[in-house]
Amino acid sequence: MFPSVLFKDAKALESVKVSEEAFEDLFLGRLIDLTVKGRERYDLKPFFTMPVRDEETIVYRQEVARDLEDPEVRKVVLEFSKGMVAVHQYLQMLERLDYEYNKKGWFLEAVLEYCRTVKVFSESLERVGLRSEGLKRIREYLIGYARSPEFSSLFEEALRVKEGLSRVRYCLIVEPGKFSVKPYKGEKDYAVEIEAFFSKFKEEDRIGEYSFDLVKGIGMSHVEAKILDFVRRLYPEPFEELDTFCENHRGFLDEVILNFEREVQFFLAYLDFIEPLRERGLPFCYPEVRTSVRDEFVEDGFDLMLVHSLTGKIVTNSYRLDGIERVIVVTGPNQGGKTSFARMVGQIHYLACLGLPVPARRAKLFLVDAVHTHFEREEHVQNVRSKLEDDLLRMKSIIDSLTPNSLVILNEAFSSATLRDSLDISLRVLEKLLKIDCFVVWVTFLDELSRVSEKVVSMVALVSPQDPTVRTFKVVRKRADGRAYALSLARKYGLTYEEVRRRIRR
Amino acid sequence: MKVYLMYPDRDFNLKKELPPHAMDLVKDLGFDVIVQHMSRGDEFLRNVAMNVLFYPEKDTSVIRYRQEIVKDCLEHPDVVRRLYQIPISIKESKRKRWWGVFGWKTPNNVLNGARNALEAMLGGLKELRRIADENLEKFRSRGFKRFFEMLQEELDDEYLSKMGEHLENLKFQKGVLLSVRLGKGNEGEDHTLSKPRGKNWFQRIFEREKVFSYKLHPRDEIGSKVLESIVNLGLKDIATNVAIAADHVESFFNTLQLELAFYVACLNLVESLRAIGISFSFPEVFPTNEERIVFRNLKDIALALSQGTNVVGNELEAERKRLFVIMGANRGGKTTFLRSVGQAQIMAQAGMFVAAESSSLSICEGVFTHFRRREDANLKKGKFEEELERVSKMLDHVSAGSLILFNESFSSTNEHEGSEVAHQIVKALIDSGVRVFYVTHMFDLARRFLDDEKVVFLVAERKENGERTFKVKEGKPTETSFGLDLYREIFEEKEEVFPS
Repeated sequence: MFPSVLFKDAKALESVKVSEEAFEDLFLGRLIDLTVKGRERYDLKPFFTMPVRDEETIVYRQEVARDLEDPEVRKVVLEFSKGMVAVHQYLQMLERLDYEYNKKGWFLEAVLEYCRTVKVFSESLERVGLRSEGLKRIREYLIGYARSPEFSSLFEEALRVKEGLSRVRYCLIVEPGKFSVKPYKGEKDYAVEIEAFFSKFKEEDRIGEYSFDLVKGIGMSHVEAKILDFVRRLYPEPFEELDTFCENHRGFLDEVILNFEREVQFFLAYLDFIEPLRERGLPFCYPEVRTSVRDEFVEDGFDLMLVHSLTGKIVTNSYRLDGIERVIVVTGPNQGGKTSFARMVGQIHYLACLGLPVPARRAKLFLVDAVHTHFEREEHVQNVRSKLEDDLLRMKSIIDSLTPNSLVILNEAFSSATLRDSLDISLRVLEKLLKIDCFVVWVTFLDELSRVSEKVVSMVALVSPQDPTVRTFKVVRKRADGRAYALSLARKYGLTYEEVRRRIRR
Repeated sequence: MKVYLMYPDRDFNLKKELPPHAMDLVKDLGFDVIVQHMSRGDEFLRNVAMNVLFYPEKDTSVIRYRQEIVKDCLEHPDVVRRLYQIPISIKESKRKRWWGVFGWKTPNNVLNGARNALEAMLGGLKELRRIADENLEKFRSRGFKRFFEMLQEELDDEYLSKMGEHLENLKFQKGVLLSVRLGKGNEGEDHTLSKPRGKNWFQRIFEREKVFSYKLHPRDEIGSKVLESIVNLGLKDIATNVAIAADHVESFFNTLQLELAFYVACLNLVESLRAIGISFSFPEVFPTNEERIVFRNLKDIALALSQGTNVVGNELEAERKRLFVIMGANRGGKTTFLRSVGQAQIMAQAGMFVAAESSSLSICEGVFTHFRRREDANLKKGKFEEELERVSKMLDHVSAGSLILFNESFSSTNEHEGSEVAHQIVKALIDSGVRVFYVTHMFDLARRFLDDEKVVFLVAERKENGERTFKVKEGKPTETSFGLDLYREIFEEKEEVFPS
């Protein structure tokens, strides 16, 4: 196996199963779309949709990502990527060109760009400090490659041929319906003379804006080809050298370098995506990941997609699951940040399994084998019965596939049923989940769920103590008490028992 | 090639926006009328006049420099108006012939447009030279002398004829010669254009050098388009340079128009003032710290111009005074006096004349007004609160050495409150080096300044028989109100002389 920054060795990896629903409910699809946007040429989605349950691989990638966060390393890699993009563009362009010496000229440019890029990259990598095994392997490979006699001779030859061509200078006389080509004989630039003549009117602070859009499309027409033909007859030698060069170096790209070019974009895409969020002061970290220990904690985590769409101040949330704790029941007012909290838990687990930094200040995570979601689905409403039926069917299929290592996230499940039904069903489902001993986040208005077992942790979305209509979006570990919120709202509007009694005139 | 008619050593630039309080000055001091007479409905003149007036010049040497030029203008109005006509004619011809470019902004199009523009402006430059030759000896101001001398020196005959030659060359009637290098993909780059060398230039080349030629098929339209685009590459630099040159020459004319506009506006105003017999003079200006203010027969020209007749003037002579409290008879000419002071200060600092027999004054950092606005009763806030808000906003822009004209400020509340607030504000202002004129009925306010030696008290005069002279004279305030006068006037004498 050749050096890779994504995989340490060729062994088969256990992937994390993420249901289609979970992918949608946690906004992972949108997250990935935004992340790979502008990098379509690298086809990165397969990497982003393959979370792995393997401590070694995750740590291997985390190290690479950490290295790439170093501005020095990042700059070097970006320069490399930019150069390689140009190489590919030149080579793709060749196929669309019509004239031989035009094509050969661009082939030479592609080789030059490639050689420069590789050389600069290998030299720069020697200069920067690397910690990750992944990048060190790439560096080792590149240094060897750049020093090989094949590469050296490719580069030298290309430079020599280019040098010969760029010394050519000719004159073109254009008359109506006719053009002529002759050697250059030191003709002077008229524009310079004109500028000097009018300089007395010049004003320091004013510069004319005359940038013409003359980005002449690359490629040649028959007229330019004819001109080039005349030029070749005036100066034949450099073109003969070009002929030889093209013949000798057809397939010059290296496979390992091409593979690295693609893989490293996986990291860069994500780091670029979170960069503006970090600038807003939002924390990201490399979580400690385990398959053996089932304790978890997240400090100052947040819903990555929520912050991406919001501009204001962002509220972060923390949780921990110690010992036998497996279930988080989240209660509190609507629009209070409960769903965002649930999404955050899912996103953090998913991103951790990609080996990328997660949206939190600090995190220690259990590596789950699957992520399932059961969110309320409004689009499926036909009648109450069919909706509840659909809810239950979905729940059933989730439970059937769960292992003690899975994570399941429920959001207002069974809310279409009557309160009594909903509570009965929920308690039963919860009992099953507790028996499986998997990880659960359950957003609900049913306080009772939070008091079922020692394994259950109750968390509540808070409102402002001064004004109960103001959400704080803070979700904290707290005993669930749905009525406290309702009472304080009533007081604000003068609708408590005493208030209403006093206001009603006798 | 600098015009330098507004400043001895720099260009005059029109600011896009007037200072925030400018509209208050227009409204409160009657500058709408004055500027109307300066501009005669011309938007450009109006804009320039407002800019010069409401960004007061603080350098006395600049003010004197402009005064000299205004004097020259008064002596030779026809020459000045003829000069002003040159940039205007050039603009007209630009509008008619449209030098600009239709469709694509190619170098060829830009080059032709700019070349035509320069050809038209060459005519203007020649006319300027002629006027300079004729008038250098007749003008006395440093500004005009320098300007005419510069024209003679920079636009000598050789330069003007050489310019004609270049403009002829730039037509490229025979074709072009470009030198080119091989760039990426062996495609041409660095196209540079050579200077045309006489009629048989190409002929001579074809006879002497190794040349490959190719004639396009007459129906090869793509081919000729390509050739055209290559020529455009070669014309890029020269088109840029010619266009920049045209821009620069045009901007010279624009500057000329801009800097003359102020003086033309002055000429317009002088004609209006002379028509109603208002005399004017050039003020002596002093630095701010001399705190001098002297007027002989100073008039409110906004009032005079809008009435179309001459009006009563006032005198004032004060040195090292900060506060001028004006009290007295209602409709006795207090507001008129206040306006004439503001007008004179602003016009003097623009470098203009003032409507007084003589005057001398220290320049100030800025002129501000706070007139009671009876009309804009703000319903959301109380009137008093609205006044305080306006004063507070104004003070954001006031600095030491400024002049503030208050007219009946804080009279929207009772005198006790009003004078307390006003006193604290005014006292703070004068102690900070701001010059204040305050028209008020509030005796309680005036009383608090009675012993201050930096304060001058002025009273709208009323004769023994109760007749008002519309003159404001020095005198300590008395606590009688003259409201009864007004009552009488309205209910007994129906003649209305002054607009309110």
